[in-house]
Parts: sequence; C-alpha cells; structure tokens
Amino acid sequence: MPRSAASAVAAADGRRAYHAWLLALLPVLLLAALIAVIVRTGPTASLRPAGVPPVERLSILRVELTPEGFVATVLNDGPDPVSIAQVQVDEAYWRFTADPGTELRHLQRATLRIPYPWVEGEAHKVKLVTSTGTTFEREIPVAVATPRPGVRYFGVFALIGLYVGVIPVAIGLLWFPLVSRLGRSGIDFLLALTIGLLLFLMVDAVAEGLELSGALPGSFQGTSLFVFAAAAAYLALAALGASLGRRRSAAGSGVVLALLIAVGIGLHNFGEGLAIGAAFALGQTILGNLLVIGFALHNTTEGLAIVAPLARADGESPPAPVSLGTLVRLGLIGGAPTIAGAWLGGFVYSPIWALVFLAVGVGAIAQVVVQILGQMTREEPLGRYLTSRPVAAGLLAGFIVMYATGLLIG
Amino acid sequence: MQLAGLGSLVAGAAGTRRFHAAAQEPGDVLTSHAGHAMGTVGRVSTDRFNPTTYLRSWNFSHLPPGERARFYRETPRPDGSLLREYDFFAVDRELEIAPGVFFPAWTYNGQVPAPTIRATEGDRIRVNFLNQGSHPHSIHFHGWHPPEMDGAFASQQVLPGQRFTYEFDAEPFGLHLFHCHTVPLKRHLHKGLYGAFIIDPKAGRPSADELVMVMNGFDTNFDADNEVYAVNTIANFYAHDPIRVTVGRLVRIYLVNVTEFDLVNSLHLHGMFFDVYRTGTSLVRHDHTDTVMLCQGERAILETTFRYPGEFMFHAHQSEFAELGWMGTFLAEAGPHAT
Repeated sequence: MPRSAASAVAAADGRRAYHAWLLALLPVLLLAALIAVIVRTGPTASLRPAGVPPVERLSILRVELTPEGFVATVLNDGPDPVSIAQVQVDEAYWRFTADPGTELRHLQRATLRIPYPWVEGEAHKVKLVTSTGTTFEREIPVAVATPRPGVRYFGVFALIGLYVGVIPVAIGLLWFPLVSRLGRSGIDFLLALTIGLLLFLMVDAVAEGLELSGALPGSFQGTSLFVFAAAAAYLALAALGASLGRRRSAAGSGVVLALLIAVGIGLHNFGEGLAIGAAFALGQTILGNLLVIGFALHNTTEGLAIVAPLARADGESPPAPVSLGTLVRLGLIGGAPTIAGAWLGGFVYSPIWALVFLAVGVGAIAQVVVQILGQMTREEPLGRYLTSRPVAAGLLAGFIVMYATGLLIG
Repeated sequence: MQLAGLGSLVAGAAGTRRFHAAAQEPGDVLTSHAGHAMGTVGRVSTDRFNPTTYLRSWNFSHLPPGERARFYRETPRPDGSLLREYDFFAVDRELEIAPGVFFPAWTYNGQVPAPTIRATEGDRIRVNFLNQGSHPHSIHFHGWHPPEMDGAFASQQVLPGQRFTYEFDAEPFGLHLFHCHTVPLKRHLHKGLYGAFIIDPKAGRPSADELVMVMNGFDTNFDADNEVYAVNTIANFYAHDPIRVTVGRLVRIYLVNVTEFDLVNSLHLHGMFFDVYRTGTSLVRHDHTDTVMLCQGERAILETTFRYPGEFMFHAHQSEFAELGWMGTFLAEAGPHAT
C-alpha cells in the first residue's frame, strides 16, 4: 500500500475516533442542557400551589451533653432549605446559638448549643421548631455527660476493649494445643462450630444494620449503603485472601484461613466496639457490667474460630506447627479493633460510619464462611458434607453457644 | 424549669437593678439572669400586629380617624344609645407568632386576636361581615341575640366571597367574646378567628388603665397540641416589651381564654392580688386572688392596683404554657400622683 494511502487510512481512523468521542459527548451535553432547563423552568412548581409549605426534613444526628447544656448536630435531610426558628427542650422554649446559622440548605449541617440545665440520669427531649412551625425531635433517654476525648476516657475505653475484645479472643486461642490434637471428625466439628458462630454473628449484624439504616436520614440511603458496603468488603477480602494464598502457600492454607478469619472477626469487633462506645456515650451503659461480661463470653468463641483452621490437616500433611508469635498476631488482629471501635464510638459516634462498619463486618464474615466451607468440602458435595454428623452437630452447637451468650448481652 | 425558677428570674432581674444605675432600661427578663436561658430567641416584627397597641385598642381606635371610619361608625339613636357599625372581613394571613415561626392563620381583619368590639349595654351592634378567606366562616357572638344572628348553624355559614350582617342589642354588660362557628370548630378557632367583645354597664366602671388580654395557643404542626402559647398571640412578647403601668392607678384586665386543645388556661400575677369579676356580669367581685383559672371560652375582668414600682411577672400557672411562650411582665412606674 502506498504511504499516502496508509496515512489517509490513519487519518480516517483518527476522524472516526474523533467522531466517536463527539458522539459520546453529545448525550452528556444534552443532559446538561436538560438539567439547565429543569432548573430554569421548575416544571414541578406548577404542581405545588402557592401557600403550600416546603418539604422540611431535619435530622438531629447527635446530641452531646456538656456541663453547659446540649450540643446538637442537625442535618437538613430534605430537598428544600429549612430555617430553624426556635428550640424547645422538654416543652419549654430555650435559648440557643447555631453554628454556622439557622438556615440550612440540602444536606447542610449546623451545631446548636442549648444551655439547658439537664438532670443526670433523667430523660430529656429536644425539639426543633422550623419557620413553618414544623417540629423535629430527639429524645435523650438517659442524660449522662458525653465523654470528652481525654486520658481518662481513652483509658476506660481501652480497658473495655481489652475486656471484651482482646483478652477473650486470646483466651479462645489457648485452645489451640487441644484443637491440634483432635482427629478428623473433631476438627470438622470445630470448623462447623466456627461457621455456626460466624453465621450467627452475620445474621445479628445484618439485623442491627437494617435497623440502623432505617434510623438513618433518608438521603444516606441506609439499606443500599449497607448492602453494597458488605458486598464491597466481601470482594476486597476475597481478593486479599487469594493474594495471601499465593504468597504464603508454604505456610499452609490453614494459616491463611486463620488470618482471614482474624481479619473478618477484627472488622466485626470494630463494629462491636463502636456500638459499645456509642452506648456508653449515649448513657445506655447503666447496665454496663453485664454487657461487658456478655461480650467477653461471646468473643471467647471467636478465638476458637481463629485457631480451628490452624489445626486442620493441610491435604495429606499434618498441620504445620504454629508459633506463639503467629497466635499473638492473630489474636491482636481479631481483638484489638474493639478498642479502636470503642474510642471512635465513644468520642465521635456517627450512625453513618457505624452502618458502614457493620456492613464491612458482615461482608468479611460472609467471605470467611465461604472460605472455610470451600476448604472443608474439597472432595465432597456441600449438602452431604453439611449433613454429616460432626458438621451438623458443630453448626448447631455454634448457634446455641452464640444464642446463649447473646442472651447476656440482651 | 419549674416555677421556682421563674421566680428566681424575677429575683435576678430585680437584683440586677438594685446594683446598677436607676436609669437602666427595663430588663429583658428572659436574658437578664445569666444562669437561666429560657424563652424564645429573637424578636417578632410588629409591623403587622403590635400586641402593645392591641392591649389598649377597641372599636378600631388604633387606626387614624379617617381610616377608622372605614371600619367603625357611631350613630346616636333616639333613646340616647348608639348604633355601632363595624366592617369585619375574614382573610387568610401568615402571622409570626414566635420569632421566626410563621403560622398560616385565618383572621378577622388580618389580625389575631380580632379587633376588639366594645359597646355600652343597650347599644345596637351591626357587623357587616365579608368573607375573603378560602373557607366558609361566620361570626358567633356570645351575648343575647336572636337565633338567626347566631352564626352557628349550617345555613348561617358565610361562603367565600359572600357577606352577612349581624345585628343585635349589646346585652348583658360584661366581658364576652366572638369567634367563628364553622365546622371543624377546633380548626376554625385555633387558626385565629376570635376576638374580645366588651359590653360596659350603662353607668360605666370606675376609671382605670384598661388592658385586653386574650390567652391563645397555636398548633403549628397540626398534631392537636399547641406548640406556642401566648397572651395576645406572640410568644413572650411582653417579656421583652413589658406592659407599662402606673403605681397607684387602677388597672383593669379584660381576660379571655380561647386556648384550644387544653381544657383550661390561667393567669397568675406575681407579688400582687386582684379582684375577679367572672364574665364581668356583676359589679360585685367573686374572688380576691393572685391566680385565676378559665375554661375554654370563659373570661373574667380582673382589677388591681400596683403598690410597688418595678417589674412583675405574669404567666399561666400551667408551667408548660408559661415555658412555651405564655409569660410576660408588667413594669410599674411611679405616677405623677404617687407618694
């Protein structure tokens, strides 16, 4: 082909690509034009006769209790601007200041400071009255001072995290020597028990997540956020598991699985820590000790879940020896996030992040369950494996243990 | 905060005054005590309705003469009494009932409470009513009148754009009220269609500084419970702008209760006692007290004389109402004849 012909073809190709780009851009431009027209003409205005009040939706996201009174974080969750005209506390108009102001655009936040002499241990109700007289309220079920980030509360939350997360998981890990002496059906029972425990945690977290997503301001689309954050966590951990599996094939799949379980449980415990810290901050820890004991019992079983795969024979070879350092690391990965969660939950609780972490925990646990099942049933159909006596007994035992210890948490 | 707290507010205000120069402006009782921060935030615009003006206005006396004649005319009658003719209209209007809180009210003549009607016993009352509102309305007067002037029956509703003339003799002397009697009643009342109706005895009452006070409430979110309580519509208005009275001069309060949703309302005056004339239909006092309770639609004339100069709080003794706006103050100042 002559050179000029070749360059003509190249030029034609270039033009075609140029046209393709132009064609791809055209819908975007048209869309922009459409939005401009909608904004300019406001076709829905004709559906909204004069005198009909705007759609007002305010969410009181958080109320902190300080010696000076309440500090409320308010979000305009509705489509129209909202003006906070007055604040009532316990059916009394009360002074307040608003930062940055009382006029809130869509998704804008304001901090209201209300110098109210609240009564420790009693209930209060904060009610916002907008310019149209619409009211939005939030109850403070038990008034206690919101913990301020400081050495004392850092210490307290770290201790609680230690009690409910780190120590129980570590205690569970101590079963490792026993577990490593078990025979095939014993291991199957234990792994099935682990799956039972994890499935229980998952169901629990899903229920909690859906409840929380219902309480979230509508704009945050709680249910979708929850489901897709869980799915994202599942996929991310599956990818992590695959890459770990390739890198550490020498260490045996048991260690990889144990690490994945530890990560999954760690993420779950982070969410649990958030809940504990938030409950403390919201004054719901009057019954705190029982809660802490319940979580401690509950989480000891998580240590067991981490060590169970370590004891499983890898193919034909016996289980690889596991160093104390590995056990400590696994224990910390599984348990220590509770402390971080408690700090975060206690000091800067936000229902949106709580929901995201719950979802991540759910995705992580689901991935771990799938991973364990995959390894357990290598040569058998899943259905037959699950109904084999040790596995079925293990699953059932897992549910029962979790249910019984869960009763304590209430 | 309980009433002990309200009391300490006043104590705080008084204390402040004692330690500072005498020329101090009357205190803003809601903010003068650093330890308490009760009450509404901000001030209501008085461009459309000024509760201080309303207190001492009747028969449209708040309007300049030329404009007043458009709404109120007096014609002497052969027997020496007067024909008092009023032009009333119903109109939908948004009112600021607490700072920044706007209520879609139904009003007589654009204000809540309606302009006060005041006559002497035996006068003839004629009210030309035009309904410019978006719903049927009526005016139902308390007092003697024939049934066709009652405004309560279905056939007596005045449809939007239509007129009706109410005419009857002013009887008996006392303190009455008028209000819309269209169903649903609760809605037509709490939306703002009510006013005070004073009939003086032929011989008159002793000269006094006379004040009209209508205890009302507003259900701003329409949940059959009031978000705002007030005397004369605006929450905490008289707490910011005290009612100025003179020490030693008789003060007469025409007190009407039109609060909806709550069974009773009340007035409690601090540091004082007053005579109570229930419904004002007798010249003999019924009670000498500092707290009077009125049912929905009930009213009473209160008479008292301020003994001491200074600020006196008054409010509903239902603490809830007081804290939701029904609280104000009197500022008693030494008069020219005070000793």
